[in-house]
Amino acid sequence: MTTVAAPPIVEMRDINVAFGGVHAVRNVTLDLHEGEVVGLVGGNGAGKSTLMRVLSGARPADSGEIMVNGSPATIRNPRDAKSYNIETIYQTLALADNIDAPGNVFLGREKTTRLGSLDDSTMEAETRKIMGRLNPNFTRFKMAVRSLSGGQRQAVAIARAVYFNAKILIMDEPTAALGPAETAQVRNLIRQLKEEGIGIFLISHDIHDVFDLSDRISVMYHGQIVDTVDKTSVTPDEIVSMIILGKRPDEATEKELEQLELHT
Amino acid sequence: MTNAVDATPAVPGQAQPPARTSLSGLLAQTEIDVRLFGMLIAFIAILIGFNIISGGKFFSPNNMVTLAVQASGIAIIATGMVLVIVSRNIDLSVGSLVGVIAMTYALLMTNILPDVLGLSADFPFRWAIALALGIALGAAIGALQGFIIAYIGVPSFIVTLGGLLSIRGVVWYLSSGAAVSGLDANFQLIGGGAQGSLGGPLTWALAIVGCIAIVGFLINGRRQRRRFGFPVRPMWAEVLLGVVGCVVVLGIANFANNNFWPEGLADRIAAQQNWGPKPAGGWHIPAGFPNPLILLLVVTLVMTFIANRRRFGRYVYAYGGNPDAAELAGINTRWTILKTYVLMGVLCALAAAIASARLNGATLDVGQSYELYVIAAAVVGGTSFAGGIGTIPGAVLGAFVLAALAYGLSFIGVNSPGQNVVAGIVLILAVGFDTLNRRRGTTASAR
Repeated sequence: MTTVAAPPIVEMRDINVAFGGVHAVRNVTLDLHEGEVVGLVGGNGAGKSTLMRVLSGARPADSGEIMVNGSPATIRNPRDAKSYNIETIYQTLALADNIDAPGNVFLGREKTTRLGSLDDSTMEAETRKIMGRLNPNFTRFKMAVRSLSGGQRQAVAIARAVYFNAKILIMDEPTAALGPAETAQVRNLIRQLKEEGIGIFLISHDIHDVFDLSDRISVMYHGQIVDTVDKTSVTPDEIVSMIILGKRPDEATEKELEQLELHT
Repeated sequence: MTNAVDATPAVPGQAQPPARTSLSGLLAQTEIDVRLFGMLIAFIAILIGFNIISGGKFFSPNNMVTLAVQASGIAIIATGMVLVIVSRNIDLSVGSLVGVIAMTYALLMTNILPDVLGLSADFPFRWAIALALGIALGAAIGALQGFIIAYIGVPSFIVTLGGLLSIRGVVWYLSSGAAVSGLDANFQLIGGGAQGSLGGPLTWALAIVGCIAIVGFLINGRRQRRRFGFPVRPMWAEVLLGVVGCVVVLGIANFANNNFWPEGLADRIAAQQNWGPKPAGGWHIPAGFPNPLILLLVVTLVMTFIANRRRFGRYVYAYGGNPDAAELAGINTRWTILKTYVLMGVLCALAAAIASARLNGATLDVGQSYELYVIAAAVVGGTSFAGGIGTIPGAVLGAFVLAALAYGLSFIGVNSPGQNVVAGIVLILAVGFDTLNRRRGTTASAR
């Protein structure tokens, strides 16, 4: 564990989420500090995305507490989360395919004129500015995002999260659908955002991504946190064994570790 | 993602204007909606076709005004149906809603207002009071259906199918099965006719306002684009659009003003109002645009504004494109859906006013089968059942295409089953053509 003096910008305490009889998230406690990247790893169905959906307001927790900057926060829907400057880039990107890039960047938070009409010119100008930073080649501001490439769509989703002064950013598999060049771009962006003091939860299947970018790594297994470790204190192999066995390296028996060696 | 591969080599932050080499490139430079333009051509072709078949009798001011009045009711509701279908729902109850509101207007003016509330026929603005109550009733029924759909989660097909059946039944109970007639003279003006039209001078005035609006719109649009450094249309395209727009508007006004009051009516009013001696060729009083068409024009402008320039409209389209994305973006999607049905109720009340005003009353079957024509109009106008796609001017044009077909066929003596056969085939052809066009265009087209 790192020791930082300031209170964490987010703290999730004893979070529980159940779907019917399935306990998707069980008593999870997790925190995030300013300018920190916490990698969230685990197998399919380990509860990573569900946990993050709690924080982004998409699926409120059944029980548990969320603290933002040390004071309790109520997050019942995505609007609440955004009011705490918690922004999310979903794995599916969650774009309205029939609407253009500016419309998607400002979706739900449109700029309006004094009379309450949509101010499309301002929204387009602002989108041009932010996209100039994220993807300078981007020119298709008037087209439905349906007709954009995977990387361009990803850029729109990121622009939406970054534009509104995110303090806490949740990135769910941000590079899963991207080619190598675009993946490198996203990695650079994460480092850049971290420099700016934004706290980032990074969900990824790619252990190398997580090791590269994270300060701490939380491993989830069957809805629970196995452990949260400092990146410098573990090896990628140890993380992999935690993901698969659901136990800390010192808890796992020799036999289990041997079996793991055989598998890999 | 600086390294992202872009299909078009481009200057950063600058969209490339479409090529000028081809006809489609030229059309693209004017930024006209190609689909809408195609429908307009189809509409004109239908008019010309029937005019030829009927030996030049079809395309007369009188016929066209009647056609416009017949299309307006359907078109008004179709503007709302676009938003309902765009947000992945349906409203089958519009015909019954028109029926119940038309009956309400009739009962209000013959019965409730004079007998219950003591507002006799000479009470001022009775027509407006009746209209307001009808709109309120439409909004209330729409809100109830919308609530059940959006907040309880019953599929809209079921809720509005139930509405279709039960509301039509209510019409019977309201009047105990009888037809009711005898509306206020002022209310009847909503339905059009010689007196229910703007008249010559106002029609010209409206046309000139329309021309000023077109030019103003073009200039303002260009200025806005300049201000933000966006690409602008080439000057020739701006001038062409302006000139064509103004010529069309003035031409239509001139055409409508060639529809004159019937001689008997003109004589009678002349005698009543002491216009002096009858001129040699009889009175020539231009009727101009009929009131239902004016109502449709206002509704179309307002609805287009709501759909394109208000948050509500943006949310409707976003929800239709991706319901999850809309929800995750923090949009109150249920409230948005509920509002689309309230809007439908209001539009049905306007259409019911036109229908009952034309009838001077209400029968049990006012608005029968409207839902089918309205949905057909929206779909012919390019609204997609997959959600997220559809325009309000398209639906209005769709209503006019269908009305022109029906009116033209009846004009050349095809009976109503025959008209239905043609309307059905046109519906399928229109959507089939559209589907093929979209499939071919998905790789390279704009929306």
